[in-house]
Amino acid sequence: MHVPDGFINAATSVGTGVVAAGGLGVSLRRAGRSLADRQIPLAGVTAALVFALQMLNFPVLPGVSGHLMGGALAAILLGPWMGAAVVSVVVIVQALFFADGGISALGVNILNIAIVTSLVAFPVFRGLVRVLPKTRVAAMVAAMFASLVSVLAAAFAFVAEYAVGGVGGADIGAVLGAMTGVHSLIGIGEGLITSAALGTVLAVRPDLVAGLADVNLAGNHTVPTRRAVTAFVAAGLAVAVALVVFVAPNASPDPDGLESVAAETGFAETAQDHPIGGPLADYQVTGVDSETWGTILAGVLGTTVAFAIGLGLVAMSRRRASTR
Amino acid sequence: MSGVHAHALHYHGHSPLHRLAPHVKLIALLGFVGAVVATPAEAVWAFGIHAAVLATAVGLAELPLGFFFRRLSIEIPFVVFALAMPFVGSGPDVMVGPLSLSVAGIWGAWNVLAKATLSVGASVVLSSTTEVADILAGFDRLRSPRILTAIAGFMIRYLEVVAGEVQRVRTAIAARLGDQRRLGEAAALASVSGTMFIRSYERGERVHHAMLARGYSGSMPRMGEEPATVRWVEAAAGLAVAWSVALTALLSS
Repeated sequence: MHVPDGFINAATSVGTGVVAAGGLGVSLRRAGRSLADRQIPLAGVTAALVFALQMLNFPVLPGVSGHLMGGALAAILLGPWMGAAVVSVVVIVQALFFADGGISALGVNILNIAIVTSLVAFPVFRGLVRVLPKTRVAAMVAAMFASLVSVLAAAFAFVAEYAVGGVGGADIGAVLGAMTGVHSLIGIGEGLITSAALGTVLAVRPDLVAGLADVNLAGNHTVPTRRAVTAFVAAGLAVAVALVVFVAPNASPDPDGLESVAAETGFAETAQDHPIGGPLADYQVTGVDSETWGTILAGVLGTTVAFAIGLGLVAMSRRRASTR
Repeated sequence: MSGVHAHALHYHGHSPLHRLAPHVKLIALLGFVGAVVATPAEAVWAFGIHAAVLATAVGLAELPLGFFFRRLSIEIPFVVFALAMPFVGSGPDVMVGPLSLSVAGIWGAWNVLAKATLSVGASVVLSSTTEVADILAGFDRLRSPRILTAIAGFMIRYLEVVAGEVQRVRTAIAARLGDQRRLGEAAALASVSGTMFIRSYERGERVHHAMLARGYSGSMPRMGEEPATVRWVEAAAGLAVAWSVALTALLSS
């Protein structure tokens, strides 16, 4: 998710930077109201924890690894403004000291990873807690879905930024399909980790959860039933497939700029599909008439294959880690 | 404890760049990265000059090349990603040997590779020549919000502590649960993050009490000497080269 330099053009980077700086400023002001002196060390140590947890990478696809973004966790535990501020600090330190994520892309990364995730996760979490039964397990389930939604929101934010100022000429529909597909899977992981972390905190120090400060939760049980977890994972996969089915084909009904130029100037005929594109070349399944249905089918297949490859890689890396 | 040492990142030295005031270095870094990113990818010659500016900085910092390139290797994940771009880019294709590659994708890959490498190199020069505490002091001097630098200061101070603790807990899980293949162990690792949060929170509270006991009244005392040579002229000269190259390339494209 950390965008490197050169991926988003300069003008868009500057624009996003201004938005991110504004968001961060508001977050700091709002957090500052509740941020007593004693909370600064606390915020710093929590930032260190988010940093450490972000270093635990899990592979999603070849060349693509997912890691906890931590925005949802920070927002639920510390409140949305403080959460956004803490994760922003993490992103800034990563860019400046560890060269992880571009410096010109700092605005993009702060906006997506810190501000969008925190400010989306918190209201979703609060809304779900309001309608669900007031138990600890229900709060944990709410945290799962809030995390999934926050990761998807960050992926959408990235696609929007790429659509405005992306470099490399990738088709926006394809970027959207790939980003949301992969991030639904990352979001499932994020949801499970966030929920488990919240469960532990609720079991030991329920007073520390800012997102539940005014809610009295019944029950001491902090392990969601297997059915709830299965339902969540299934819902995440359903979201992944639904996104690919309904969003990706509609995103770009027209060929992109370069392709339409190619069609007009007549060199479109000379362009050919990638030989390595295989049966999913151009995101259409060969042998299916309707272009939309072909795209949908290809998207669903792609998501499923991505999920399978991801699972396989996780299993492989576990095995390797255990023999080390 | 005299200030914070980023052990692995900082390269001890007394070069002109080590002595340069941190806020000057920060401005120079941001200006240089801005110029690099603004340069259109098609102006290949411009990146040669940017690289020369960066090489001058590495030379001035007296950094061993082995150290510099080892630190550069952090961008390898981006390289893998960039190398995929020619295969997924749209638009007209070109045959390179047996492969048909997207022209826009090739330029995209070059764009990310060149710009990310130069920017990572520049930030490596900053973090190698500047103590962490001094970088934060530089931010303070540039009037960035104090809460932000304060949080960042604590974060960096406790990073190794917390990362070490996470590592120890993982070792403990491995010792008790054997190899990490089953899903149950992933769940164990997930709930560890909750435990870690509580420990971190309580550590934060203890740290604050300890600070109050030692007379903390809102700002951290500075330990040691701050590098104080302010050389705006030299920094501006480097930036002027980078920006005039970027603007020339922009106008001629």
